[in-house]
Amino acid sequence: MSLSKVFDIAASGMSAQSVRLNVTASNLANAGSVSGDPANVYRARQPVFSTISNGLSNRSGVAEVRLAGVIESATPIERIHQPGNPDADEEGYVYASNVKIVEEMVNMLSASSSYANGVEMINTTKDLLLQTLSLGR
Amino acid sequence: MKIQQFAQHVQALQIREQRNEVIASNIANADTPNYKARDIDFNAALRGAQAGQLNGQLQMTKTSAGHSDSIGVGNAGTKTEFRTTTQPSLDGNTVDTDVEQAAFAENAVQYRAALTFLNGQIRTLHLALKGSD
Repeated sequence: MSLSKVFDIAASGMSAQSVRLNVTASNLANAGSVSGDPANVYRARQPVFSTISNGLSNRSGVAEVRLAGVIESATPIERIHQPGNPDADEEGYVYASNVKIVEEMVNMLSASSSYANGVEMINTTKDLLLQTLSLGR
Repeated sequence: MKIQQFAQHVQALQIREQRNEVIASNIANADTPNYKARDIDFNAALRGAQAGQLNGQLQMTKTSAGHSDSIGVGNAGTKTEFRTTTQPSLDGNTVDTDVEQAAFAENAVQYRAALTFLNGQIRTLHLALKGSD
């Protein structure tokens, strides 16, 4: 039953997108965090997707999505002078996370619409399968 | 009515199924770097499937003169091609989600159409066998 493979494909895409939503959520939650040690500052994270392709699926065009990994942003960290902050180092500086809130919001919208696409694909395919099952009745 | 008349719609359904998978893969991989969108040329695939049937590639072995020709089931003629993209993105991804969504919807409608044709033929056969509704 070839149609039911669509469920796997859509599900792989949806699970990848939900990881992306999770990562975005933790980025946004940590957007305002500061630290006295530049090594411990929260850095924005970003999932990287890749395609599961074996010889057969390469030819047939069927491709599921896989999470290749989560990378940390290399954007420089901001150094802010805040002598009153309990986390500040000896010179009175704290280091702020490099999360860009606008970027994360865009990521969130993109991830949620891709997730919705997956749901729509599953619904349409389910309809088609059910109609096929009732063929000839 | 010959049973072979089913074959065309069955083949169409199978190619539509495969195209559904390919387009679903495109939509699922809309955010995957370096993924290249693919599609199936339905007309070429159907011609390929019919040619395969005519060449006897997909025929079952007949062991008695009373056996009828098998209707073509199989996907010998289906191959995917890369979609020509209008706006490739920097990460090497060529999926245009709107194009893929339109293609997915169109394919689903055509699948339903093929199902409707098949249902009509089945109903006609039923009517012929029973003589009344």
